[in-house]
Amino acid sequence: MFAPSPPDMAGPGRDVWVAAAQSPDFVELRRRQLRFLLPATAGFMAWFFCFIALTAWAPELLGAKVLGDLTLVLVLAVGQFVSTFAITLAYVRYAGRRLDPLADRVRERLEGGRP
Amino acid sequence: MTARLAAAETAPGEPLLNIAVFTAFLLLALVLVLRARRRSTSSASDYYTAGGGFTGPENGLALSGDFLSAATFLGIVGAVAVAGPDGYIYAVVAFVAWLVALFFVAELLRNTGRYTMADVLGHRLRQRPVRAAAATSAVVISTLYLLGQLAGAGGLIALLLNITDRAGQSAVIAAVGAVVIGYVLLGGMSGATSIQIVKACLLLATGLAMAAFVLGKSGLSLPTLLTEAVQNHPRGEAVLQPGLLYGGSLTANLDLVSLALGGVLGVAGLPHILMRFYTVPDARQARKSVVWAIWLIGAFFLLVLVLGYGATALVGPEAILSAPGGVNSAAPLLALQIGGPVLLALVSAVAFATILAVVAGLMITAAAAFAHDVYARLIRNGRATAEEEVRVARRTTVVIGVVGIAGGILANGQNIAFLAALTFAMAASANLPTLLYSLFWKRFTTSGAVWSIYGGLSVTLLLITFSPAVSGTPESMLPGLDFAVFPLSNPGLVSVPVGFLLGYLGTVFSSEKPDAARYAQMVVRALTGAGVQRGVPGDPSVPPPAGRHRPSLPVTGQNRRPDPQPAGSPAGPASGSRGPASGRPGDTAGWPGNNGTAGSPGNSNTAGWPGNSNTAGTWPPGRGESLPSGRNRPGGHDPRR
Repeated sequence: MFAPSPPDMAGPGRDVWVAAAQSPDFVELRRRQLRFLLPATAGFMAWFFCFIALTAWAPELLGAKVLGDLTLVLVLAVGQFVSTFAITLAYVRYAGRRLDPLADRVRERLEGGRP
Repeated sequence: MTARLAAAETAPGEPLLNIAVFTAFLLLALVLVLRARRRSTSSASDYYTAGGGFTGPENGLALSGDFLSAATFLGIVGAVAVAGPDGYIYAVVAFVAWLVALFFVAELLRNTGRYTMADVLGHRLRQRPVRAAAATSAVVISTLYLLGQLAGAGGLIALLLNITDRAGQSAVIAAVGAVVIGYVLLGGMSGATSIQIVKACLLLATGLAMAAFVLGKSGLSLPTLLTEAVQNHPRGEAVLQPGLLYGGSLTANLDLVSLALGGVLGVAGLPHILMRFYTVPDARQARKSVVWAIWLIGAFFLLVLVLGYGATALVGPEAILSAPGGVNSAAPLLALQIGGPVLLALVSAVAFATILAVVAGLMITAAAAFAHDVYARLIRNGRATAEEEVRVARRTTVVIGVVGIAGGILANGQNIAFLAALTFAMAASANLPTLLYSLFWKRFTTSGAVWSIYGGLSVTLLLITFSPAVSGTPESMLPGLDFAVFPLSNPGLVSVPVGFLLGYLGTVFSSEKPDAARYAQMVVRALTGAGVQRGVPGDPSVPPPAGRHRPSLPVTGQNRRPDPQPAGSPAGPASGSRGPASGRPGDTAGWPGNNGTAGSPGNSNTAGWPGNSNTAGTWPPGRGESLPSGRNRPGGHDPRR
């Protein structure tokens, strides 16, 4: 069993962590995090498994030549690399602009003792 | 042409030259390990995670060094050379998987843990059961991975040093293993990281040089290279099309999907990868290190594609398959073809360095899981001192190393290619569900974690045992027997959903009440990094200085000080400085809740801290055990003294 809820520490009846979790800044941070991660994950997973499924079930299609002897399967395989690089860059940019400043604010408030 | 004929009979190149280059690498590694040793390796934090003092780029290099095993380098080049795009799928899977690590694991793990995955789970869940489960998972996965690495060394030795008799190969496996054990004991995580960094640089430089050569020969034109590959492959254009390795029947297609699922979710759950995120001071550096790893690994895998088709065009699939080492000989033979014995020696040395670096990381991971989670927390109930814990970690390193060597010698020559699929699928079915649930699901409980970890591990193991990888086909480990009831060689398609389902069921069916306050704490910590470098005043989760239960009396005045430096704690993070600029921010950095909470004198975090369930004995009072570092023990601060 878990311990009973912790005694009041930093405010009237609320744990500092719970207070922080319910603060508008943190709620917004969580919202922004999921707003990027969920679609991005759905996107790269769908694109990835689409590639795998095509390889398995449509080898003739992927064996088609695109340029010289270059086949579609190789283009798509390298495409997975390109998309992964692009998503990484997008995440770094997004996190730096939209997540980190908020996270810093919540953290500094907590560590500074201001609930 | 003569090289090709010779290759068919004996190992290519000059073994003495290979040995010389490899010895040079060993000496270089020794220098690095000894330099690393000058920084202390005596504390648990130094031994496990190099005190969290590496920068993001350094750790990114080390991550790629840890991840790119001999199988990924030699194996994928050979697979592409022989089987074309199907051989390359493994690289695509292993690469895309890093997005999962970037999004869901690296930063969150760094913000909520210290040395092991159990630290993260211990935040919300009951300490003892989740620690036992997480440690079991880490030890099992790391040991199996280690076994695969060392057993694969046998074929490499035959290929590179021209040692073909079993006794000779066994001796070399033992020697390689012993060298790694020695290096790990000497240098700890800091030494292992240095080796991984150097190895990653060597691997990338070699790959780049060879790819430049190959492309240069075909006039810097990839289409020309592909045309040459088609001309030199017995199946002609099939080498540019899917279907040479996978697919054909429904079972084969599902097996491919299964491989992809286990792989793409497995990388982010591999214990030795997880542990690397603790070697940086904070989440920003952890993110940076994954980004570096993604660039480096992606670049390397793109080079591998060129090298693979280069090997088809310049060496040819027949010559590759008939050389000792089979598919694995593609890269060495290509090196011989384009750069002569010197380049071959370099490639051989890099291949060995690869085994060395990966094995070192695995040993530390398994040792940390046992010493930190099982010994210090479960056996000694948190009463072990830092020195005792490190002593046990060192002994565990030796035991795991010896087990790995013995297993590697026994498994030498066996077809254990399935070990890779097994370990990835285990990581995806046992570790990843637990990590994701504990970070994102409010209701998740201890039973959920325990069910998911043990269930995921056993189901994966069971499925692979009864799969064609182990028996029933000529390519199986036991070709003479047939008990392959499960049709897929890769268990991921079933075991990953089972792992997630068990985590759900274990939670739903347990009477345990989820603790919203502790979940709030975990999420806030994970997303913001609060408490990683500085304490959080008024943090009720920091255990009380004495007693077995939660504090009934609130905070002492000390607790409210924003950033108190415990006396005699020179390594305390300099007034909360963050980031790479702070260099090695001392042991306390990266130690959630340690520093800023003098009211709970460092020792308190030690035992019970993450998650401090109120089970008696989880917070053994008054001892400085498992403190990050002995020198940090703020003994004088204990109010009870």
